[in-house]
Amino acid sequence: MSITGWTLVFVVGSFALYSAIAVASRVQTTSGFYVAGRGVSALANGMATGADWMSAASFISMAGLISFMGYDGAIYLMGWTGGYVLLALLVAPYLRRYGRYTIPEFVGDRFASQTARLTAVACAVFISFTYVAGQMRGVGVVFSRFLTIPVEYGVAIGGIIVLLYATLGGMRGITYTQVAQYCVLIVAFLIPAGAISWMMTGTPIPQIGFGSPLIEGERAGVALLRAIDQIHTDLGLPEYTGAFLAGKKTLPDVFAITMALMTGTAGLPHVLIRFYTVKTARLARWSVMWALFFIAILYTTAPAVAAFARVNMIQTLHNTPFAEAPDWFRNWAATGLIRFTDRNGDGLMQYSEGPGAELAIDRDIMVLANPEIAELPAWVVGLVAAGGLAAALSTAAGLLLVISASVSHDLLKSFLRPGMSERQELVAARLSAAGACVVAIVVGIYPPDYVAAVVAFAFGLAAASFFPALVLGVFTTWVTARGAVAGMIAGTGFTAVYIGWFKVFEWSGPEAWWFGISPEGIGTLGMLINFGVTWFVSRRTGPPPPDSAKMVAMLRGER
Amino acid sequence: MTQSSPPRPGVWKRSLRLIAILLAIWFTASLGLGVLLAEPLNRIWVGGFPLGFWFAQQGAILIFLVLLLVNAIAMDRIERDADRSEDTEDPS
Repeated sequence: MSITGWTLVFVVGSFALYSAIAVASRVQTTSGFYVAGRGVSALANGMATGADWMSAASFISMAGLISFMGYDGAIYLMGWTGGYVLLALLVAPYLRRYGRYTIPEFVGDRFASQTARLTAVACAVFISFTYVAGQMRGVGVVFSRFLTIPVEYGVAIGGIIVLLYATLGGMRGITYTQVAQYCVLIVAFLIPAGAISWMMTGTPIPQIGFGSPLIEGERAGVALLRAIDQIHTDLGLPEYTGAFLAGKKTLPDVFAITMALMTGTAGLPHVLIRFYTVKTARLARWSVMWALFFIAILYTTAPAVAAFARVNMIQTLHNTPFAEAPDWFRNWAATGLIRFTDRNGDGLMQYSEGPGAELAIDRDIMVLANPEIAELPAWVVGLVAAGGLAAALSTAAGLLLVISASVSHDLLKSFLRPGMSERQELVAARLSAAGACVVAIVVGIYPPDYVAAVVAFAFGLAAASFFPALVLGVFTTWVTARGAVAGMIAGTGFTAVYIGWFKVFEWSGPEAWWFGISPEGIGTLGMLINFGVTWFVSRRTGPPPPDSAKMVAMLRGER
Repeated sequence: MTQSSPPRPGVWKRSLRLIAILLAIWFTASLGLGVLLAEPLNRIWVGGFPLGFWFAQQGAILIFLVLLLVNAIAMDRIERDADRSEDTEDPS
């Protein structure tokens, strides 16, 4: 069977599975819709969190990005896993002990303020929408590359599947489809990774192959990473494993970006609400452990894949006559994702970077072309396509639930229509999930220009808004409602303006960055500003809400 | 969410100590060894890896995982000690 045939089999098969789960896990109560009735086991919740967390970017783009970044790729690897330590130690179990349904609800109750709750709603909806647009786009891209379906139809098909299980099953439906999606995506990631590792280093475990000698080619017997460093030196590029070299990120920037991604991870609403779905605070702690376990499987494999792809790509392409380019190169050149321009007219492909390079290579194909580079059978390619879709859909669903709960629970039920019955609220929740899904489909089909530039900054915004509010809410008793609101507005506002200034409108270049911190890392500063402003305003606005001490004692498990 | 258990004042103090220790290791393993000290550590190669690079791309993640396992087990013990008289839920 052809690649397209196998892709269809896996995509249709996995979609059928998700739909079946959706129908089987439909819910009739708001508790079922918002928090899966709190009946999810720690293991299942960990797996669901893994899929919820690992987006199209983690699955498709990350290894490719690292492959071109070398050491600098550590910002994603440490940033997106280290956040789970903060989650487990500082946030998740306390949120669970509080109970209820949403993050804005926690913020509002903790600081006894509707304003705080509404500010949190605005932050949650803004963060989730910027993030979801990227996911829907990812769905469309996978469809167009593997099934030659136009991007718009791909987005619409994926969106309708999410619509089905998010409206029918709410959090319960989402949880169990995410468990299935985790299984699909991790198998799809590990099979080609293991095969490439086997091919290049003779061990099927990528994490070990990462530090092993190559078994073939001109550098046989040389450790993989030494070989890459030598190749880079020969080509005049900075060493792959080198930190803070010329042409790479600076130390302050790597530090700030890593910190922003870590604290952002611990403040992203769609991850946080997952810890409401278990029975106790204790199970919330175990969920985070399992979540990181399932995420670490992919996150320790990805940098190895990046390194294998690096050697493979340069060794097979550099100084090879274009006429003798391997098959996978031709296939992907047809999609326009690899381009060769013979600038010096010698018929050979020379690898270099920067302007004047003969080879232009899209980062994403490092994962997508892997099965072909490793000469794996066609069904593996189909599996990778299904894996990419699983990663994108599972994240999109989690984000849509945040938006839907923000609208139906935090805006309608608590603010605009407090008299709603549970049945009415459930209808409102389903309708707002459907509405959010339709908006996401439209945004995915017609992405506003700023989306691509801003998507990576959802973390900075989460770091600067929720993380300080949540941590201070548990670990201190002196924060006032005004302090919390001012802190969230100042932190988010500063971060958004900095990103807008340097990334969206590009009013200044990198030479004007504060302390050499790029927009990607500015959430760290935004977070510090949030902490500072919260402290300053709280000191000046009189005593904290009267029940603070009591509620904090409950959160801490003291009573 | 309503909790009717008696006050357990020792829990928070012991949790805070645990959190402080684990956060110190979290910082040292990632931003310490993987970033601040990456350059000098990269001069040492162990088993096919420059050490700073290994911490940044592999070691930190593995250490995080161990931290969370230790956290889950230690917090279980702290809470069990606090309400020894009461029954706690079954493990997942």
